Amino acid sequence: MTRVFVPGDAAALSVGAEEVAEALAREAPARGVSIEIIRNGSRGMFWLEPLVEVETAAGRIAYGPVAPADVPALLDGGLLEGKPGALCHGLTEAIPYLANQERLTFARCGVTDPFSLDDYRAHGGYRGLARALALTPAAIVEEVAASGLRGRGGAGFPTGIKWRTVLEQPAGQKYIVANADEGDSGTFADRMLMEGDPFLLIEGMTIAGIAVGATKGYIYIRSEYPHAFRAFSRAIHIAREAGLLGERVSGSAHAFDIEARLGAGAYICGEETSLLESLEGKRGLVRYRPPLPAIQGLFGQPTVVNNLLSFAAVPTILAEGAAFYANYGMGRSRGTMPLQLAGNMRRGGLVEKAFGITMRDAIEGFGGGTASGRPLRAVQVGGPLGAYLPESLLDTPIDYEALAAVGGMLGHGGIVVFDDTVDMARQARFAMEFCAAESCGKCTPCRIGSTRGVEVIDQVLARADVPANLALLDDLCEVLADASLCALGGLTPNPVRSALRHFPEDFDRAPAVTIAATSG
Amino acid sequence: MPKRDRWDASNGAGAPAPAAHWDEAPRVRALIAAYDGVPGALLPILHALQEDFGFIDARAVPLVAEGLNLSRAEVVGVIGFYADFREEPPGRHILKVCRAESCQAMGSEPLTGHVLDRLGVEMGGTTPDGAITVETVYCLGNCALSPAVMLDGRLHGRVSSATIDRLIAEARS
Repeated sequence: MTRVFVPGDAAALSVGAEEVAEALAREAPARGVSIEIIRNGSRGMFWLEPLVEVETAAGRIAYGPVAPADVPALLDGGLLEGKPGALCHGLTEAIPYLANQERLTFARCGVTDPFSLDDYRAHGGYRGLARALALTPAAIVEEVAASGLRGRGGAGFPTGIKWRTVLEQPAGQKYIVANADEGDSGTFADRMLMEGDPFLLIEGMTIAGIAVGATKGYIYIRSEYPHAFRAFSRAIHIAREAGLLGERVSGSAHAFDIEARLGAGAYICGEETSLLESLEGKRGLVRYRPPLPAIQGLFGQPTVVNNLLSFAAVPTILAEGAAFYANYGMGRSRGTMPLQLAGNMRRGGLVEKAFGITMRDAIEGFGGGTASGRPLRAVQVGGPLGAYLPESLLDTPIDYEALAAVGGMLGHGGIVVFDDTVDMARQARFAMEFCAAESCGKCTPCRIGSTRGVEVIDQVLARADVPANLALLDDLCEVLADASLCALGGLTPNPVRSALRHFPEDFDRAPAVTIAATSG
Repeated sequence: MPKRDRWDASNGAGAPAPAAHWDEAPRVRALIAAYDGVPGALLPILHALQEDFGFIDARAVPLVAEGLNLSRAEVVGVIGFYADFREEPPGRHILKVCRAESCQAMGSEPLTGHVLDRLGVEMGGTTPDGAITVETVYCLGNCALSPAVMLDGRLHGRVSSATIDRLIAEARS
C-alpha cells in the first residue's frame, strides 16, 4: 500500500489540506489503488501547502501547493509512483529550502505521524530521556548548561542556570511550566511542534522534571491555537497510556505528568510571571521580581518556566551530548534557532539554522524576498516588541548579541517582512496601540504611557508642533523603557524608536534630528 | 487591559439576579464540581462555561465564586481581564480577523475594512440577524500564510476579499 502524507497542521488546513486529503481518499480507490494517508505535521514550507508527499523507493516525493481539484489529474499523472510533472518538486529532502537547513529541534516535524510513538522512537525519540534516566539530576542540569542553550522565548537567559536554581531549592513540590503562549506576530514554531511533534515537548519537559525534581508540569497554550491544544492534549493522553507520563515514567522511579491549560486571549500572559498568575486562576498581572519563579513560582513553589522551544531542544542535547549542540552557533549563541519567515515573504516558513546566519540569507536566500515582488523596506524581528530594521542592516548575523548591537532583538525568532508600501509612522503608532490594548495595567508607565504614546504620535502625524511632540515622544519612550515592570512596556519603545531612527521620512520631517542621536 | 473592542464593558458590575432561582444553576454547579481538587481551576471553569453557554452569564458568577471560595469581585475581575470571555451571547458564528504585524504586511487593514463593510458592523459587533460576531485577534500563528482569519475556531490563510465573502455566505446559509 502506498503511503501518502497530507499535513494535519493548522496552517496547512487553513489552505485546504483537509479537502485535499478527502479528495485523495475518494479518488485513489476510484482508480483501484489503495493508499494509506498519514496526517503528518508541516515541513514548514508554507508556500507549498497543502504539500502532499508520496513515499517511493527513492524517498518521499513532494507535490504542492495541491488544490483539491488538482487531485484527479495528479493521480492520473502518476503521483502515486512519484512521477514528475506539474506541482512536483522531486525529493522533499532535496528541496533547497529544507536541504540547506540544520534541523535539530524540527528534525521530525513533518516527517513522522505526530501521534505515533513508534514513529517517534524510530526517528530517535526518547533517546534523550533514556540517557537522562541514567544520569544524576545534577548531571542532567550540567549537560544542559554546557550546551549553552538559552531561553528561546525571547530573553535568552541560560536554561541550565535556571534549572540549577530550581534543583538547588529544598525538596518539595516543584513545577515545570512550558510557555506556549506564542503571541508574537510572525511566530508559529511552537504551534508547529505541538501539532507536528508533540512527543518531543513531552520528552523535554519530562527530562526537566527529572532534572530538578518536579513531578508536575503544565503547558500553557494560547486559546488562539485550538487545534494545537487538541493535538497536544491527545499526545499527552497517548504518552500517559504508554507509561511515559505518570507515576513511573518509562518504568523508572520518577513520577511526572503534564496538564495542558488554555490561555484566554491575553498577550501579556506570555510574560512568565503573568503566565503563572493565569495558571493560578487569576488576572494575568505581572509579578514583581524578586522572588524569581525559580525560587517562588507557581503556587509559590520553585518552578522552571521555559519557552516551549527551549524544552524542545533538550532531548537532542541529552541524546547527542552538550558538545554536539554547542558545536552549532556563534559567540554566546549556541545551537540552532528555529526562525520563522513571515509577513510579506515569498517563501514564508520555518527555517532552523545555527546561530550566525545573516538576516539577508534568511530573508533573501530562504524567503526569496517579498511576496509582492516590491522592494523590501523594513523587517521586524522578534515580535511586536522588536525593532524595525531597514534593508541596510540585513547583513547582521542572527545572534543574540549581534542583533542587540544594532538595536534589535531575536525574541522568539519571528521575522516579519514589509515591502515599500508600509507606512512606518502607522507601525510606530500601532506599537503603542498594541501596548495599550495588551497592558496588564499593573504599572503606570505601560498602562498610561502607551495611551499617551498613541496620542503624541497622532499629534506628530497631524503636524502639530512636530519638534516638541517628537521630544515628548522620546521622553515617553525613556520612561517606558526604564520604569516599566516587564518587557511589554519596557520594549514597546523598540519598534517606535527604530521606526523614527531608520524611517524618519515617514514622520514627515527631515532625517537625523535629535531622536536618532539618542535612540537605543 | 486585554479586553479588546469593548472598552466600555461594564464587567458585570450590575448586581446579578439571585442565582438560587436560576434554572441553569444545577448545570453550572455540576460543571464547577467537575474541577473539584484542580488547583487554579478558574480559567478552565470559565472556558467550560463559555463552551457550554456561549458566554459567561452574570448569574453564574456567584456560583463560581462559591465553588472556588473566591469573592465575586475576583471572578468578575478575571472575566473582565481576558479578551476571550464574553458577558453577552455572541452571534451564531464568530469571525476573528488577525490584525497583527505579519497580517498588516499582507493587507489585513483593507481586509478588515472589507469585513466590516460587508457585515455592516463595527469591530466587536454582531450583525443584526445575529449570524456573525466579528472580533480583532492579534496573531493566529499562521504568519507565513498571512492574512489570516478564524471562523468558529477554524483557521483560514491567504485570505482575500473573495474568501471573506465566501465564508460570510457559508456562515449565513
